[in-house]
Amino acid sequence: MSNKQPHIVAENVTLAYGTNIIQRGLNFTVKRGDVFIIMGGSGCGKSTVMRGLVGLLRPTEGEIYYEEQPFWNVPPREHERMKRRFGVMYQKGALWSSMTSAENVALPLEEYTDLSDRQIKKIASFKLALVGLAGFEDYYPYEISGGMQKRLAVARAMSLDPEILFFDEPSAGLDPLSSRRLDELIMELNQKLGTTMVIVTHELTSIFEVGNNSVFLDAATRTQITTGDPKVLRDQAEDPRVREFLTRGKL
Amino acid sequence: MKRIQADPKTGNETMTIEQYTTEPTPPGVEYTSTASGVLNIRLSGNWTLNESIPASEEIFRKISHAKTVRDIKFETSALGAWDTVFLTLIKDIIDYCRDNRLKVDQKGLPEGVRGLLNLADTVPERSKEDLSTVEKESILEEIGRDTVEFLHQTGILVTFIGKVFLTVGRFLIGKARVRRTELVFNIQEAGVRGVPIVSLLTFLVGVILAYVAAAQLTKFGAKILVANLVGVAMAREMAPMITAVIMAGRTGGAYAAQLGTMTVNEEIDAFRTLGLPPMEMLVLPRVLALTLMMPFLVVYANLMGNLGGAVVAIFRLDIGATEYFTALSQAITWRDFLEGLIKSFVYGWLVAISGCLKGIYSGRSAGAVGTSTTAAVVMSLVLIVSSSAVLTAFFDTLWGM
Repeated sequence: MSNKQPHIVAENVTLAYGTNIIQRGLNFTVKRGDVFIIMGGSGCGKSTVMRGLVGLLRPTEGEIYYEEQPFWNVPPREHERMKRRFGVMYQKGALWSSMTSAENVALPLEEYTDLSDRQIKKIASFKLALVGLAGFEDYYPYEISGGMQKRLAVARAMSLDPEILFFDEPSAGLDPLSSRRLDELIMELNQKLGTTMVIVTHELTSIFEVGNNSVFLDAATRTQITTGDPKVLRDQAEDPRVREFLTRGKL
Repeated sequence: MKRIQADPKTGNETMTIEQYTTEPTPPGVEYTSTASGVLNIRLSGNWTLNESIPASEEIFRKISHAKTVRDIKFETSALGAWDTVFLTLIKDIIDYCRDNRLKVDQKGLPEGVRGLLNLADTVPERSKEDLSTVEKESILEEIGRDTVEFLHQTGILVTFIGKVFLTVGRFLIGKARVRRTELVFNIQEAGVRGVPIVSLLTFLVGVILAYVAAAQLTKFGAKILVANLVGVAMAREMAPMITAVIMAGRTGGAYAAQLGTMTVNEEIDAFRTLGLPPMEMLVLPRVLALTLMMPFLVVYANLMGNLGGAVVAIFRLDIGATEYFTALSQAITWRDFLEGLIKSFVYGWLVAISGCLKGIYSGRSAGAVGTSTTAAVVMSLVLIVSSSAVLTAFFDTLWGM
């Protein structure tokens, strides 16, 4: 695993809903094996940027590259194929409520692999065990706690062994302990599997705990202010808004 | 008010005098103005939600009467309890003074009041222009906007129907897969589970038709024709339509609600990012299930409707069972039956498409799911009845040739 290769590159990306521009002029590079944080105040469009990265919202300008391959301006078949290389964990979990835990994890495997039912079952159980949900195979998402749902969502995002994992506000609505356990899980997966992680969050503890690269978005100017290691940004960012955010206003 | 409290550990009794619960004193305002143009507003008593508070206009009037005033000061040493009522009043005064270019000195206010006023001021009020970009429209603009919106909606509908056709086509040539569990579940929901309600309603429709027919036909002494009327009406029109209406409420509404909730929960996004098209995963099994089950339900509905007719004929019109069913079997032709089956197929398809369309394009809130469920049922009903009119005219011409 080489640490220096750029994995995701955003080039002059503008994201908008209709004529309402959310973010423009985004330029950042996520390197292979990075834990990349998309941060910024509430309502600055962090989740929207993620929707652009995972293929849910087409940028009105610019292009996103995965390993130097353009992501949007390609034939649909190629676009779909690229999407299969990453897993996404949504803010509200987005678990399929009519399926059990194991079925949630198994569905992508059923659709995209030629594995036998027995093998798929085994893999699903293993992924559940990885996130600490061994024995919860037959529970429906609404039968388990909020923290467990989040971890189940991580397990599902990992089902196809993706190269990149996206997390939208992973710790939102979790108590400090569960949120820390989730952070540790993210760190472990990153170190043991070498998966590149992109995390949308505004939790400072998470940002410093797990992040080693980031982009800082601003709601007022609707563009990025800076990009880099959050710990370095906290101490050395030139823009006071970034330092203020990263120190909770204690400049 | 005095309160005596015993410490549970030491047993010592402590007496506290609560500052804000002194004897109720009504709020009072006094004004003193100085020669140097300072108006001193002295506020006393309790300013709480329970008191009758002087209107802010009254205070404004006092301020505007004092013509030479340039500064406003507050004096609150005799102020008792205060809450939001007091804050809003002070904020009113401050806003009024700002609009009239008077200087307000907030030093005389209690520290808590100043702190809260500061807090309310930290985030600037969003200007009205930001919130409503649309000015009041003229009727022409409104018509134009509605027309564009209608065309847009029609475009979405046509695209969706096209996509459903393509997906079903791809399924038929074996290129699109359908999840077996999902299909079986939906067939059970739309088919087997619908049988009781379809039985009840079509039986009753048969009864009603028989009564209506009997009232007219007995006048001509042709009451045996009740069998013809009930039989033909059920086969051609009523069985498919009543079944479709039931399915619109029961299954079409459920489809919209299910898919709408899945949209709200980002479950549909989750399918999309995994490269699993919602068309194949969710819409295809539902459309297939309902379209396939409708003809079966309609055959059954025919049975029940004619039974209903027979019950009236036998027990109210004194027609023998054999006589009735012989007349019935001579009255219905395979054409009537085929017409009904084709209609049922079309209705099932329309109901499934309306439900799925409204569900997939639902807004992302609980209210929006409700709206899209209603819209799905209404759209189904409109499509059922209008397509029924077209199809009936079509078959009439076809059989006439």
